[in-house]
Amino acid sequence: MDNYFDSNTPIYLQLVTLFTIRIAGGEWHPGDRVMSVRDLAVTFKVNPNTVQRALAELERDGLVYTERTSGRFITGEKEKILEARSRLADQEIADFVKQMRQLGYSREQWSALVEEAMKKENI
Amino acid sequence: MSIIEIQNLNKKFGSNTVINDLSLSLDAGRIVGLLGPNGCGKSTLLKIMAGLTSNYEGTVMLDGHSPDLHTKSISSYLPEKTYLSSWMRPVDAFDIFADFYTDFDRAKAMEMLKQFRLEEKMPTKNMSKGMQEKLQLILVMARKSKIYLLDEPMGGVDPATRSAILDVTLKQYSEDALMIFATHLIADVEKIFDSVIFLGFGELKLFEDVDVIREKFGKSVDELFREVFACSVSL
Repeated sequence: MDNYFDSNTPIYLQLVTLFTIRIAGGEWHPGDRVMSVRDLAVTFKVNPNTVQRALAELERDGLVYTERTSGRFITGEKEKILEARSRLADQEIADFVKQMRQLGYSREQWSALVEEAMKKENI
Repeated sequence: MSIIEIQNLNKKFGSNTVINDLSLSLDAGRIVGLLGPNGCGKSTLLKIMAGLTSNYEGTVMLDGHSPDLHTKSISSYLPEKTYLSSWMRPVDAFDIFADFYTDFDRAKAMEMLKQFRLEEKMPTKNMSKGMQEKLQLILVMARKSKIYLLDEPMGGVDPATRSAILDVTLKQYSEDALMIFATHLIADVEKIFDSVIFLGFGELKLFEDVDVIREKFGKSVDELFREVFACSVSL
């Protein structure tokens, strides 16, 4: 769990990304109860207040909601989840393209490489 | 909200100044890392708060009292060195703690003992260093205190044990308590802190939230620590 985190971004923002990946990827199901703050803190070995802050952020994004008496749940709104998923995908692609550019590949070159790799993996 | 208030604290050993005009106020509900190079006054500061060192100048208030019986009853202190006798078994230590402290929760202590896979009837003289450190941590964390003062709870244990100690600390820590956690294994634990204190030879170098440090400096606490204390290390 420790190497999930890089050293120059605020921890709560990294938690927001980690939690969003779990929701967007379906590991955390729509409508399910979110783990308790303490359990999340223990799982990710982070401060409970930092978890709280990350969850507040997810709430603002509409990915989780709080029911006053029964706790915190993953949203059931599919569009919200899909939106978060494509946001993450865009980010991944932007990072990838940046890396390839840094390595000196042209657009044609790297897309050929991607094609080739996909063929090898039978995707 | 602050449960600890320190104003203009000075402490000398002979002519040697260990703490130099330190002022600090700490809120409840936070886990605070107390960081600094060896010999910077971390242990002395904790001992003063724990009521074990008394001839200092300045004001130290815990929950509105200067260190006395009341502050000892609401704070749980883990010393750097072991104080358990070699014949003592975990059950004996639990008896003594239950006698001394009304807030000692034996059921919680037994639960942690299991988590750590320690045997309740093994004398400390048969325990490894890591096992003894675990037992001491159990004693301290099984109290329902308002203030936890932990002096190097992970000194001299392997990474797996460190990880287990962090787990138990996070699990057992009560959310409205203040925990002060002195360590120099910063990289391992900085993610569990709300904020950190950099203590450099008795002086407050920095007191800041961990995420603010990352935002402001674009660095982890560990990296910043190495930078701030770079010259004192090379001396």
